Amino acid sequence: MAVNAEATGKTYPPFEYEVGKEKIREYAHAVGEDNPIYFDRGAATEADFRDIPAPPMFAVVYSAGSFAPALFDPEVGINFAMMVHGSQEFEWSEPVCSGDVISTVTSVKDISEKGGMGFYVFETVSTNQDGAEVVRGTWTNIVRGVS
Amino acid sequence: MKVELKVTPDKYLPHRYAGASGDFNPIHIDVDFAKQVGLPSNILHGLYTMAQVARANVNAAGGDPRSLKRLSVQFRGMGFPEQEITVTGSVKEEREDGRVIVETQAEQGGNRIIRNAEAELETS
Repeated sequence: MAVNAEATGKTYPPFEYEVGKEKIREYAHAVGEDNPIYFDRGAATEADFRDIPAPPMFAVVYSAGSFAPALFDPEVGINFAMMVHGSQEFEWSEPVCSGDVISTVTSVKDISEKGGMGFYVFETVSTNQDGAEVVRGTWTNIVRGVS
Repeated sequence: MKVELKVTPDKYLPHRYAGASGDFNPIHIDVDFAKQVGLPSNILHGLYTMAQVARANVNAAGGDPRSLKRLSVQFRGMGFPEQEITVTGSVKEEREDGRVIVETQAEQGGNRIIRNAEAELETS
């Protein structure tokens, strides 16, 4: 089964995520963050944040609602039994803080085949309530045994 | 600037990370399922390990998360709970605009589970 690249360029509707202090706490705790700015509003504002900031990799939390429908889109046609997350990039701009409303749009950037493996590259672009870009993600999933 | 971080995710870490991130893929949280699909045990979320690489770089830059401008990683070997992960990195390039490029990797039990990671940090 060769890869079908027809979905390249497809863009999905925006997904809105409202960032909350307790979700940041839960995430920060899970990844082992101990900086008080993630737990204490006073420490956050003292460090010149508008409110409690999200750790950089919290990007996966607010991007997921936009990214998942693209990943599972039958038109993209990924065979999940054979898929691995190959590589990941994030490029951060404006900090994300508790109370922000983040809107993420996912698009299929590239689908290609090399050495019997399919490469599925997605891009997520997340912006805040003021329209400022907060993060841009490039998600590369590799599917083995496509030919 | 030197990047170094050691962390040992406990047995239930993948469950906490699943809850925090929303990724409940059973290969991360169900040992029986993981074995059924040919894995030695349940495996860590790659994005959890990437978060350790991010944390190591932010700490090296002084602890301000705003200093991390970009991070790219390649996931290779699988990571497992209850084994120490070591993140190390060193400055590869100092740019004229004051940003540095740090080449980073994460290793566990002799396996490089993240390699060719590149962090772009703003140092003040």
